[in-house]
Amino acid sequence: MKELRLMKGNEAFAEAAIRAGADGYFGYPITPQSEVMEYLMAQKTHERTGMITLQAESEVAAINMVYGGASCGKRVLTSSSSPGMSLKQEGISYIAGAELPCLLLNVVRGGPGLGTIQPSQSDYFQSTKGGGHGDYRLIVLAPASVQEMADFAGLGFDLAFKYRNPVLVLSDGAIGQMMEKVELDVQRPRFTEDEIRKNSPWATIGKTPDREHNIITSLDLESIKMEQHNHSLQAKYRLIEENEVRYEKINCEDADYAFIAYGTSARICQKAIEIARAEGIKVGLMRPITLFPFPSKVVKEMTTRVKGILCVEMSAGQMVEDVRLAVEGRVKVEHFGRYGGIVHSPSEIVDALKKQIIGG
Amino acid sequence: MAEFKTNPEILQPENQVYKRTELLTDKALSYCPGCGHGTAHRIIMESIEEMGIQSETIGIAPVGCSVLAYEFMNIDMQQAAHGRAPAVATGVKRLFPEKFVFTYQGDGDLAAIGTAETIHACNRGENITIFFINNGIYGMTGGQMAPTTLAGMKSSTSPYGRDTATMGNPLKITELIANLPGTIYVTRQSVHTPAAVRKAKKAVRKALENQKLKKGLSFVEIVSNCNSGWKMTPRQSNDWMVENMFPFYPMGDIKVNDDK
Repeated sequence: MKELRLMKGNEAFAEAAIRAGADGYFGYPITPQSEVMEYLMAQKTHERTGMITLQAESEVAAINMVYGGASCGKRVLTSSSSPGMSLKQEGISYIAGAELPCLLLNVVRGGPGLGTIQPSQSDYFQSTKGGGHGDYRLIVLAPASVQEMADFAGLGFDLAFKYRNPVLVLSDGAIGQMMEKVELDVQRPRFTEDEIRKNSPWATIGKTPDREHNIITSLDLESIKMEQHNHSLQAKYRLIEENEVRYEKINCEDADYAFIAYGTSARICQKAIEIARAEGIKVGLMRPITLFPFPSKVVKEMTTRVKGILCVEMSAGQMVEDVRLAVEGRVKVEHFGRYGGIVHSPSEIVDALKKQIIGG
Repeated sequence: MAEFKTNPEILQPENQVYKRTELLTDKALSYCPGCGHGTAHRIIMESIEEMGIQSETIGIAPVGCSVLAYEFMNIDMQQAAHGRAPAVATGVKRLFPEKFVFTYQGDGDLAAIGTAETIHACNRGENITIFFINNGIYGMTGGQMAPTTLAGMKSSTSPYGRDTATMGNPLKITELIANLPGTIYVTRQSVHTPAAVRKAKKAVRKALENQKLKKGLSFVEIVSNCNSGWKMTPRQSNDWMVENMFPFYPMGDIKVNDDK
């Protein structure tokens, strides 16, 4: 039976990861996501389900512990916030190159550099375009509620194993810290060694006489083979684009204008829609739930109806580039950003819509 | 070329006194002739074969000359980012505490870029084995200065010799980690003579057997040569190693704290 609780976003993610049958969490403290590891430690995960929770010496070590665990076909995860995610990029590139499943959480704070501990959405490029070196993509899920923080832990593991690809939950300091009602899934069993050997025959958990030795690596010194490997990665990303686009449309049926926003910005846009519609402005919202794959076809379809699109992001304009690529100049696309830890107010979003789209 | 003649009567299994372990694959080693890596690989794989733990062992390969160790070692292997092998091994061992997990790392990997991972895996007392090949140089990238390069020793990035005033002192990381309570067995060996190989193999075997005790980390340094990087013949490099490396990196056990 599902269970209803009042929880912080970070805690809900941690609890949901336990219930999703996670085998190991490896992390390093950083604001505003430290509650994830604190919650797991307080839960004594090893006694509860057998799950390992380990505080690493750095984000670099944590992501490499994830590499080791993921190479064994286990459900492993890590979490961090922006500066820590930058440190993890090397490891994430290796994980993507070696095609390992794992779950990552970034509770984004303002940057660049040490930046601020307040919420932001300025890691969109890093999250959706690769982040580390080489041509690779993560599956990126953007929660807009504590409920989705919980839901995306289980979904994230499922997608990670379906595609042997790292899945990133791209949250922000607001979603991570706020408390909401959340419905939690029932406990899933953790994988047994037999299940791993059967379902993940690539896993490095000991060579048995019936098979060749398994190797987890991202290296091939023969360029022609490395190009073939890259072709197969790209084919996988195209398949993900085909199958895994997720989004939500709100008040779009009669809309003359549209906001496109994800996460915290999308929530604020919902309030902005109320204000605008009270003034007679027909505006709707398209909220991408997957940032990679980006709902480009949905954006393109919207241009047959709406006259203009305002991208509302807590950044200097990152997702707007993907929107413009999808719109291909058919309608006006503008960006309205607050950043450095500042969150938009609903009324200033309405003002920006009037000034940049309707009146512009 | 004269054909090599074999005598079927001699080549009988019962007459065989030496064979290559089946835990080494048929791939030709990528190491330079004269390098110690091949022997180090062999004694580790022989030990695993003798212990009968092939199906329970996971090895972690580094970045460096031995990056392709996974091609030669016929066990399940993972290739780690530069310096991160102890963290990767931690992830494996924590999730499979009953399996045997080892890393195989060079000096640049273990004692420069991976210093934090090395020290903290040792300090947590991860129940793994670290094999550390110290030849005082970055071999694969072409002979640059390593953390363990001796004072005055020439390399491509210390072409006039390592000046300790500006380039730092050679790092005795093995002595350093021996001070940590998480390590139970720390030893320094070499593989340059048959006698040294026999001693080193005993150390390797002991370091792997120690994982059954679940008392902490075992660490085997193998001081080795790099005839290519040192720009010497294999014979010269072994002599140079004995004369110059061994006085600074003395052979033998540094810590034995593995009472049952």
